[in-house]
Amino acid sequence: MRIPILKLNNYLLISIQTEIDDNTAIQFQEDLLNKIHQNGSSGVVIDLTSVEIIDSFIAKVLGDVISMSDLMGAKVVLTGIQPAVALTLIDLGIHLQDVPTAMDLEQGLVKLYQELGE
Amino acid sequence: MEPQSFVEIKEEWDIVGARQMGRNIAKEAGFGTVDQARIATAISELARNIYLYAGSGTISYEILEKMGRKGLIITATDSGPGIPDLSLVMEDGYTTSGGLGAGLPGVKRLSDEFDLRSEEGKGTTVQCIKWVR
Ligand SMILES: Nc1ncnc2c1ncn2[C@@H]1O[C@H](COP(=O)(O)OP(=O)(O)O)[C@@H](O)[C@H]1O
Ligand SMILES: [Mg+2]
Repeated sequence: MRIPILKLNNYLLISIQTEIDDNTAIQFQEDLLNKIHQNGSSGVVIDLTSVEIIDSFIAKVLGDVISMSDLMGAKVVLTGIQPAVALTLIDLGIHLQDVPTAMDLEQGLVKLYQELGE
Repeated sequence: MEPQSFVEIKEEWDIVGARQMGRNIAKEAGFGTVDQARIATAISELARNIYLYAGSGTISYEILEKMGRKGLIITATDSGPGIPDLSLVMEDGYTTSGGLGAGLPGVKRLSDEFDLRSEEGKGTTVQCIKWVR
């Protein structure tokens, strides 16, 4: 299974709609970094509205994706994190600190414009 | 649901199967959405540990009715290498696989009751209980 990555001008948009298993997560990490490189993207919005569970493995992959994107010059905004997911992340002791977040994809794009001053 | 059911963990995809089944059972038992997520997350951690460190094992689910309270017991069992130092693996951040080391301490916080038993060379059993609120 592969998570689709959409291109919108300088940005990449991802809406995760499937249950993420470990391989899908790793594949996504690779695909996203390749896309950032190919397109010279400056921003990425990852929408998690449909994601019902983030365990420590998925959290690690997400955290890695964010720091690697940053290294490549693309800012990541996470959107739509469900309250239940936010609460379980706290129980796991995982803090996605310093990661810009927004309510939904649209707000995520607004946040990118602001963060990047474009 | 049957009084007891289980999922065998043999391949990576079974981690997803185990947590989905746990979520369905939790929903049916009357757990709220946040506790359903807590249960599914705990199962995901335990199933991945089985897959990563023991190769194979089982996750079993049991509904418990005690003194007017309803609970779900999740048991993760494997016959893997076992854990030499139980207090070490319960420390946040301790990992032997480059993970976050958040699994076992996280499962403990996600659960109402938690029990870890292991014998070197014999295997590991983790049991946790969540009560319906
Ligand atoms: N079922 C198991 N059998 C053997 N060792 C285990 C098992 N579960 C966990 N461990 C050990 O405990 C450590 C901590 O586990 P955990 O808290 O889930 O963090 P992580 O999986 O990220 O390393 C693992 O790195 C591993 O060494
Ligand atoms: Mg683990």
